[in-house]
Amino acid sequence: MSTTTPTSGRGAARRRALIGRTVFAGPGLIYITAFMAIPVLLVLVYSFFQRGRFGGIVWEFTFDNYVRAFEPVYIQVFSNSLVIAGTTTLLALLIGYPTAYAIAKLPARWRTVALVMVVLPFWTNFLIRTYAWIILLNSEGPINSSLVDAGIISAPIGLLYTPGAVIVGLVYAYLPLVILPVYASIERLDRQLVEAAGNLGASRARAFFDVTLPLTLPGVMIGAIFVFVPSLGNFVVPELLGGGKTVMVGNLIRDQFLEARDWPFGAVLALFVISLLVILFAMQAAISRRINGTGKRMSSRA
Amino acid sequence: MHKLGWLRVPLIGTYAFLYIPIAVLVVMSFNASKNPFTWTGFSTQWYSALFNNDLIRQGFVNTMIVAVGATILATILGTLLAIGVARYFRSTVVEAYSLAPAIIPDLVLAIGLLAFFSLIGVTLSLFSVLLAHVVFGMAFVAAVVIARIGQTDSSLEEASRDLGASAFTTFFRITLPSLAPGIIAGALLVFTLSLDEFVVTYFTNGPTTPTLPIVIYSMVRFGVTPEINALAALLLLVSFTIVISAQRITRLTDSV
Amino acid sequence: MTLETPLLTITGVSKAYGDVVALDNVSLNIRQNEFFALLGPSGCGKTTLLRSIAGFEDPDVGSISILGPDSSTPINLLALPPNKRPVNLMFQSYALFPHMNVRKNIMYGLQREGLSKEEIAQRVEEVLVTTGLTDKASVRPAQLSGGQRQRVALARAIVKRPRLLLLDEPLSALDRKVRAEMQIELKRLQHEVGITFVVVTHDQEEAMSMADRIAVMHEGRVQQIADPVTLYAQPANVFVADFIGSGSLLHGTASESSFSAYGSTFPCHNPDHISGGAVLVLRPEDVRVTGVTSTDNPLLVGTIIETHFYGGSSSTSVRVPEVEDVIVASHPGAPQHHVGDQVGLSWDPQTAVLLQVHP
Repeated sequence: MSTTTPTSGRGAARRRALIGRTVFAGPGLIYITAFMAIPVLLVLVYSFFQRGRFGGIVWEFTFDNYVRAFEPVYIQVFSNSLVIAGTTTLLALLIGYPTAYAIAKLPARWRTVALVMVVLPFWTNFLIRTYAWIILLNSEGPINSSLVDAGIISAPIGLLYTPGAVIVGLVYAYLPLVILPVYASIERLDRQLVEAAGNLGASRARAFFDVTLPLTLPGVMIGAIFVFVPSLGNFVVPELLGGGKTVMVGNLIRDQFLEARDWPFGAVLALFVISLLVILFAMQAAISRRINGTGKRMSSRA
Repeated sequence: MHKLGWLRVPLIGTYAFLYIPIAVLVVMSFNASKNPFTWTGFSTQWYSALFNNDLIRQGFVNTMIVAVGATILATILGTLLAIGVARYFRSTVVEAYSLAPAIIPDLVLAIGLLAFFSLIGVTLSLFSVLLAHVVFGMAFVAAVVIARIGQTDSSLEEASRDLGASAFTTFFRITLPSLAPGIIAGALLVFTLSLDEFVVTYFTNGPTTPTLPIVIYSMVRFGVTPEINALAALLLLVSFTIVISAQRITRLTDSV
Repeated sequence: MTLETPLLTITGVSKAYGDVVALDNVSLNIRQNEFFALLGPSGCGKTTLLRSIAGFEDPDVGSISILGPDSSTPINLLALPPNKRPVNLMFQSYALFPHMNVRKNIMYGLQREGLSKEEIAQRVEEVLVTTGLTDKASVRPAQLSGGQRQRVALARAIVKRPRLLLLDEPLSALDRKVRAEMQIELKRLQHEVGITFVVVTHDQEEAMSMADRIAVMHEGRVQQIADPVTLYAQPANVFVADFIGSGSLLHGTASESSFSAYGSTFPCHNPDHISGGAVLVLRPEDVRVTGVTSTDNPLLVGTIIETHFYGGSSSTSVRVPEVEDVIVASHPGAPQHHVGDQVGLSWDPQTAVLLQVHP
């Protein structure tokens, strides 16, 4: 008996997957394409054309916008931004890593509370959080007055409207974004690895630098990207806490789009931020691949 | 706690750093003086001033319109997207694409949308703000729901089909209820994000319909006024309530 | 051989995922009211076969049919969606709906049939009693133990009174003690409800102790279908001999009434007239440990490398030069020898099974 009834097996499964994809993912993917992919591509396209006299675009191909980005004024803004965003990231890591490490060491029932406490300020309005530092850093504000009262300084010092103020504001804004991924990678770390290092004769500090730190590096990288990239593109903090004296890429982009009305040049600046993001993510992926061994492989059921 | 040792220093330091500025704002919101730096006595005058401020009231209404609309749309689209991606695509590329609006810098999304809206001739208004909020909101909902799908036994739906339920019944009686904690958490997330969103709103909004963050921005830019402290205290209360209830809801629907 | 028409008929079913062949021309029949097991190592295709019956995999070719309710006309299962098949599956994870309590979980399938409220209530109460879950009816799955969850999954499936109940690794999620209890429980329930059971398992002891008949699968093919005793005593090929029970394999060449290996020739029972490359299967209980003198007349001589005492019985592992497998002998009582002793091994030629090796 050799009935080889051809059932619609393969075809039916493929049809089901297609229906599922269309019905469920279809609307969302179309929406994302329309309101994210196309707009971002548009920025890329605009970067190769000329500005209109009253804003808008003149459809004449040019590389001028890219050339202009290398003028000393803008190089200065780029390097300034990189220094400020870099310092912010470093500070956030120096504060965030030990905090995440301490939270991971808390008893289980306190850990959730501690994490919610870290995230909570993040859910309050960003402008208001920045505003708080205007009050704190003001020459009449609580920091200056308590320093004077304590006799450490004789007269209020200018804290507000300095690059330092901008960095403090950025660290304050993005600190939770470092603590969470670092905490996640510490939590995921197999504690027995650290115990094994200790058992093999490593001191606590050695075990930390040889085992814990390298293995939590992917989380550190994620945290660093989450702070670095938005710091670079932030225009509110430099404006409110830097008093307009500290100009960052974000301010420049905002001005090109809303004031100077030079969209093509603004597009070039924005592409600078995006390409940094892409490079950093690629680095992060490479690091975590090296740490976790080879990449994931698709498994088939049998 | 005793095991922490010196780790107590960064732990306490971080919480002090995070909460002292907020505490100062809240305390100063009850200050009688107009000078926001010196305490002269207790008063709730800035709260009444706040309620009589038409600009703030209008901003609040606009913010709520956008937040409610964006939450509904983003939750529906994001949930469907998550199911489609996790169940039918199983491709990391499609997943990354779906979550991209949540990762892309807000400024880049904002200028892209501004360019796009002006190219296709959409007048900037609350509607264009809503369209913009849905795109990143949907990605956040999708991220939370995809994570939830990962924790859900994938054979639940097969079990439902096996017991005689149609694909339709299975979706409404099994799929949605088992994903409910994720969907609710995602919706609350979008609501809070939309409430606070400044950069994207700033670029995609028309001049006549400011949302609350836009109003705050213009006030803060103008200078310090105790009214902002009062508003800050109220917004803190709203955000804290939403975050804490989100925590509770996800925990409640998860266990039991 | 019964003349009765089989309940389920699987004919020439094949299924491939890309280059991986999960099922390769599988044909088998399952009889009414039997407890049937699909046994094999992971990746052998047993789960794919089970899911094809339930409707969650579509075979590339072949047919699967089940006897209709009137026991005459067969129904083509492959033409039906999973929710229309008169077959239920108990999932390996149990797949209990976490947002419904035990009673609602059990009711779910009956509600889909559009039965009256009274009938649903009555049938649910009955099955709660049968499975001993009456006092857990309003509890959510998360609050149940592993064994209780398994009962709920079982209750949810049998309350539908399927013609065939499929069980995917039903005991794998349980710890050892509960597993032994549930083995007996499953057997009892199968008798009580009179439903045909098809169990997928990789655990040969589980299959041997519960099933009336077992299909041993390997690399997508059915190797042998037989009752447990036959599988053990008369394995159809080397894979089955090796997979079922423990035993040592001697590789050599067979002739009409003898078997040559490692430079010696042993007498053997060769009912199938095998010649050429062959394997002699030695079960531990058939191997005797003897002295090494010529009066003992050992068939092989080796050194003891291990002895184990299990209380009532012991086993002795002997390494024989040139033989790849360690030869294990089991016998009642305490070990008679020590590690390092030179011993002889012998067996009754009638009990050792000779199998052809296909090049």
